[in-house]
Amino acid sequence: MTLLEAEGLETIYGEPCGDCTDYTGDRAGTNQCPECGSVVACADVSLDVEPGEVLGIVGESGSGKSSVAELLALEASGDGQVDGEVTLAGHDGNLLDADYQTRHEIRTDEIGLVHQHIRDGLDLSFTGGGNVAEKLLAAGWRNFGDVRERVRELYAATEVPVDRMDDPTDTYSGGMQRRVQIARALATDPEVIVLDEPTTGLDVSVQARVLDTFRRVQREQNVAAVVVSHDLSVVRLLADRTVVMRHGEVVETGLTDRVMEDPHHEYTQTLINSVI
Amino acid sequence: MTDTERAVTTLESDSIDDAVAELADDGLSGYNFAYLDEHTKREVRRAILKGIAIPGHQVPYASRPMPLARGWGTGGIQASLSLLGPDDTFKVIDQGADESVNAANIRRLADRTADVDTTSDTTNADVIQTRHRIPEEVMGDDQILVLQVPITDPLRKVDGSDAANRRRHAHKNYGRMWVHLYENVVEWGEIKISSRYPTMVAGRYLMDPSPIPRWDVPKLDDADNLFVFAAGREARIYAVPPHTEVEPLAFEDESFQVERFPDQSCDACGSDDTFLTEVETDDGRRVYSCNDTSFCAKRQDDPAIPKDHHRDASGVDWGPGTPDSEDGSTAPSGGDGQ
Amino acid sequence: MTLLTVDALDKTFDVHAMGDQRVVGLDDVSFTVAEGDFLAVVGESGSGKSSLLKCLYRTYEPDSGRIEYHPTGDDLATCDGRTVISLRGEEIGYASQFLDEIPRVPAVDVVARPLREQGMAADEARERARDLLAALNLPEQLWEAYPATFSGGERQRVNLAQAIAPRPRLLLLDEPTSALDPDTRAAAIDLLATYLDEDTTVVGVFHNRDVVEQVADRVLELDDAQRVRLVPIHEYVGEVVA
Repeated sequence: MTLLEAEGLETIYGEPCGDCTDYTGDRAGTNQCPECGSVVACADVSLDVEPGEVLGIVGESGSGKSSVAELLALEASGDGQVDGEVTLAGHDGNLLDADYQTRHEIRTDEIGLVHQHIRDGLDLSFTGGGNVAEKLLAAGWRNFGDVRERVRELYAATEVPVDRMDDPTDTYSGGMQRRVQIARALATDPEVIVLDEPTTGLDVSVQARVLDTFRRVQREQNVAAVVVSHDLSVVRLLADRTVVMRHGEVVETGLTDRVMEDPHHEYTQTLINSVI
Repeated sequence: MTDTERAVTTLESDSIDDAVAELADDGLSGYNFAYLDEHTKREVRRAILKGIAIPGHQVPYASRPMPLARGWGTGGIQASLSLLGPDDTFKVIDQGADESVNAANIRRLADRTADVDTTSDTTNADVIQTRHRIPEEVMGDDQILVLQVPITDPLRKVDGSDAANRRRHAHKNYGRMWVHLYENVVEWGEIKISSRYPTMVAGRYLMDPSPIPRWDVPKLDDADNLFVFAAGREARIYAVPPHTEVEPLAFEDESFQVERFPDQSCDACGSDDTFLTEVETDDGRRVYSCNDTSFCAKRQDDPAIPKDHHRDASGVDWGPGTPDSEDGSTAPSGGDGQ
Repeated sequence: MTLLTVDALDKTFDVHAMGDQRVVGLDDVSFTVAEGDFLAVVGESGSGKSSLLKCLYRTYEPDSGRIEYHPTGDDLATCDGRTVISLRGEEIGYASQFLDEIPRVPAVDVVARPLREQGMAADEARERARDLLAALNLPEQLWEAYPATFSGGERQRVNLAQAIAPRPRLLLLDEPTSALDPDTRAAAIDLLATYLDEDTTVVGVFHNRDVVEQVADRVLELDDAQRVRLVPIHEYVGEVVA
């Protein structure tokens, strides 16, 4: 039973000439259309996630993995031209076409997103607890005591010190901010959570902690996840299945250990061989 | 509700221009009736009608230059002058007082340019313009309260971007205000917002009720009268029509509370069920007295006069001191504290 | 009853970096494994032993052939990824030669994890894990430590323990005792014999002939990616080693 499914996802920036996807991608070796100069961030991307499953999306800069993450979380910035379908179990129709209210409700209750850049995911002027509470309040929680209790629970689960709950978020370390984002994404018990580069920019020991926290929480809550990273070891650690992207296209899909140890596609082999 | 004795002037004219010409001598010579030209009045009235049609929604309008500095009630004046007819009676209060300089000046402008009767008696006024207070006496279905508003958007507190806030209002996305409330309780242990208390109008729009004290906020809910909120500098008008649900934002377990004066009563009239302000007398004493000066004067004559003395209806909810107010307290009992 | 039928298994690696050189991993390998069997896979380095195990576990994707897993009827070579994930969780266990480290997880929790995933309570799982680590002679002070700093032999013990802990129906072991000293190796063999059910089927690659002789029921020999022979243990043991 599929939980989240994407079909034919496409995002193009600029003024597409109509042939852009033919002239870009893995075989062309570029994201930019030589005819009209538009940038094809991703094209023809299809994937699916089942309940409780972790899907990894791995690729380098320009692979399109972050564009896909945004589309899956229904948070496309709106600059690019978007095509394709995203469907979520329990909802009819293409969510990319749904109205603002529906998408807002789904983002609040069912799909969480942990942004790559902290400023996109958290309001640094709020307290850490306030950022997590925002999700709950947006979902309609109106009992202050209940909100506090739930925030404490989430802090404990993500190993952020509860005694820092009422400190402004901009006083938190990078790793703590990342974990607050995870706490916030999990606040309303979503069906699926999308993590965009969860460890990028963090110190190594902090990375380990964030990954460990996420692994544990993901298993305990049995929440499905999509983990987007350029770091193969992150995907290897977290994902059951993996998708490899290059220049906006999917080049390989399979069980994570299969992709890592028996890569078929030339690019995947290069990627695996490049790991230090 | 009895009809007040109002003479209705019937004008027999073929056009609005003619009708206006007939009233030309009613006001100040050389000025249009009630100072504003008819097109301006039409624009303001349209904005008010839109505001009534969409309770709590801020309607932009082209705010005119007024013979009064911005920030001193130019919006309120434009609203009042557009609503006042030649047979209307006008009351103006500023922080509850009819005699403050600002209130007096506004009253004089209306008197001179529209030749309307003016009064300090809340129960006799058709239009009341107010800065930062709602009168103690219950208002009725033939009255309009025009409130002066400095900042119209309650979301300004949580985001300086007007564009972002308008989108939030459009999508009923008030999460940030709730976080603000949450953090307020975290910091103070209770909701400690004293004025401009965010309220939800008709379950749809979040509204800033202007800097009225919390004491006055319950009066907005299911009232008999119309409330018009006008801002001249911000160039926006909004409204709460009669019998509209107006609910101050609060948590289930951290409720909205009005100010309490448990041990105080008015030094002049002895009331303990009115909104009091602390004043320093000439001889250096600090005393409390009724903020609503015109009602205080009535209470000085008759300490037991209730806030709905002028109405036949019972079961009135007009804030503390009225029978059905959620606060529960009733008629004045003479200051034994509670 | 037959547990596994491997039929004409082929696996060739297409190494693009080396100018699209093709490396044959397995060539037309066929055999069956009965339930409860302990099948040892032997052969020279590079003969295809590890590749075979990885194909059975689907870490490698065979190019052609079938791997019929009779208890569920799935063809492990071609069934979809999710079926494999499900089988790996419930039916098939695997221990590679080297432990895949997970940062910041102590040894006892590495071993307890598969038990937790089966639904066992945390305390019980950790207790079982401790018993296994004790049986494998892992010093107690290491149980709460992170395997990243362990020696090869210590890691191997953790690896073996976590593979056998959930008592999978089919257990795939790739050189699980190569780095162990003789005493510990003996303890490991002992553990395999006592901890696993009679019905547990094992397909294991063992470097050490002694170990093979002690534990195996049958021996599959590979040479140059091909099956050379499949014989009962007594035939294998009886040979003179040249």
